[in-house]
Amino acid sequence: MSANKDLVVKDLKVHFGGGKKLLSGRKPTVHAVDGVSFTIPAGKTFGVVGESGSGKTTTALAIMRLVDITDGSVTLGDTQISALKKDELRAARSRFQIIFQDPFSSLDPRKRAGEIVRQPLDLMSIGTPSERAAAVSELFEQVGLRPEQQHLFPHQFSGGQRQRIGLARALSTRPDLIVCDEPVSALDVAIQAQILNLMSTLQKELGLTYLFISHDLGVVQHICDEIAVMYLGQIVEQADRVTLFKNPKHPYTKALLEAVPTVHGNKRDRSQRTRLHGDPPSPINLPKACRFASRCPRAESRCHNDIPPLEENDAGHKVACFFA
Amino acid sequence: MSSAIANDVPLLSVKDLVVDFKTRAGNARVLDHVSLDIKAGKILGIVGESGCGKSMTALSIMGLVPNPPGKITSGSISLNGRELTDLSEEQLCDVRGSEIGMIFQEPMTSLNPVFTVGEQIAESVRLHEKASKQAAMARAVDMLKAVDIPEPEIRARAYPHQLSGGMRQRVMIAMALACRPTLLIADEPTTALDATVQAQIFDLLQDLQRDTGTAIVLITHDMGAIAELADDVAVMYAGRIIETGSVSNVLSQPQHPYTQGLITCVPHLVPDPPIEREVLREIPGMVPALTNLGAGCAFEPRCEKAFARCKAEKPALLQISESQFGACWVLEEESA
Repeated sequence: MSANKDLVVKDLKVHFGGGKKLLSGRKPTVHAVDGVSFTIPAGKTFGVVGESGSGKTTTALAIMRLVDITDGSVTLGDTQISALKKDELRAARSRFQIIFQDPFSSLDPRKRAGEIVRQPLDLMSIGTPSERAAAVSELFEQVGLRPEQQHLFPHQFSGGQRQRIGLARALSTRPDLIVCDEPVSALDVAIQAQILNLMSTLQKELGLTYLFISHDLGVVQHICDEIAVMYLGQIVEQADRVTLFKNPKHPYTKALLEAVPTVHGNKRDRSQRTRLHGDPPSPINLPKACRFASRCPRAESRCHNDIPPLEENDAGHKVACFFA
Repeated sequence: MSSAIANDVPLLSVKDLVVDFKTRAGNARVLDHVSLDIKAGKILGIVGESGCGKSMTALSIMGLVPNPPGKITSGSISLNGRELTDLSEEQLCDVRGSEIGMIFQEPMTSLNPVFTVGEQIAESVRLHEKASKQAAMARAVDMLKAVDIPEPEIRARAYPHQLSGGMRQRVMIAMALACRPTLLIADEPTTALDATVQAQIFDLLQDLQRDTGTAIVLITHDMGAIAELADDVAVMYAGRIIETGSVSNVLSQPQHPYTQGLITCVPHLVPDPPIEREVLREIPGMVPALTNLGAGCAFEPRCEKAFARCKAEKPALLQISESQFGACWVLEEESA
């Protein structure tokens, strides 16, 4: 056993397609994740934000080894997750778990809540059967459900309660890392606050590391220690939660932040904002230069010709833009 | 604004609307004496959690309450002085699309996949204005241009699956506005869209409203969207309007504990976040089932300010200031 439980992702690439077509030519390659690197120190929350198609969910699934990794490495503590095979991978899965966005489709409707939470323990043969029963009761209590609710089926719970079951299931194997893929976006705002507070409490009690994927910048600002902004499969900016929001440097980050409507805003402010036009380019035919250049209000000729590297300043603020 | 009178007489006036649904668990009163007014050229926001009656209010105005099991039990809905609840299905069909347009949450499922978007926009023009095929198609192209779709002549011949989510929602807006309705109902128009695309759609709605004078009912769960777009807001809970007033008043001085909770429980994006993280304020518990609401205030079980009277009687809307109303016994006590 070692004390090092950091998650280190190095130059992660996930490409889909690219194989041969049956009769002629090659299938197009989708560059879903294209060279992503970051480190999450143990016990911290790392946020990944971006729009649909930016590769944030694929990054999460690749770390969970739920999609094939094309290139790069994922290391949790001393274990290189990306190199594990079959049984080793299965055994190591107890250390990294995931909670999903949709609390309705991510729970088996034919299993009782208690069985859902117990299943990881059974599959990984953790503890004796009687210890497992006690563990499930304890987990229910931990996530704010009553132990007698173990006998109910998922449809008998509300959305927030189902997300608590998902959380209990993820916690059951005592993982070091929990990947949270939009865990609160399907919930009503009042319930969202309950789940976010619960996640913070559990992190403090159990020393959990969270990889938190979300498109909701308010939520990310609230819960994350460090945040990466993704655009078309790459990180374009990364900083701690105070710096990123106080001093965003990449034009995409700025546009993203300004696009969020806030209760403090009012009708007149809208006209003064920078607006993005159009949609992101397709991840199949990627531009050879800066991927954001086609929508960027500041783009110049070199943005259309060269790739801006992700550069780090003294304060650990990383930006991939020629103007930063 | 065309005249001073148009400012005083509401375009749409909903009075004491009651909608009941028969369910296996008993009668569910999904709308309980809902009253709201919207003036020509204004934007009214309706907010609340799922199941509070936001969408049902919209469907009632459109005459689209599924019957059975639903039924408008009592109340009135009048548009431009014409009572809508008395109209036959045929008459309602004339109103829908020509006088009231509606855009829905999921642009993919509300567009027909086997027709081009141009044909779908042209359909309502041909139906309501008896326009020729060519004239209707020309209007469709104009509408696509009006909603900022690049190359509208080419896009008019595209099928929904060939467009991105943001473009599809623009097509929905073009379709809803094709017959120049006086009222547009937008039911969570940006929930399925990304933040930057959502901002584009909001800009578009605001521009269209300014240019055409169409009144908009904006249904959302996002207080931020209300703050940026709406003139007035109605907060709903368990089928009732529990607070209403001008956006500036309601958001800066929310009076009802539920409105206060809705605003404070969301982590709001701020340019200067504090280094120490605060615990989010929660609204404990969840929305009650509409089939067994008691005699008291529906929010009472979740309310930290509740006292004996809240359990016994339902509070009515009380005027707090010139443009703000709240339904809460605490407010009544304070004003007494």
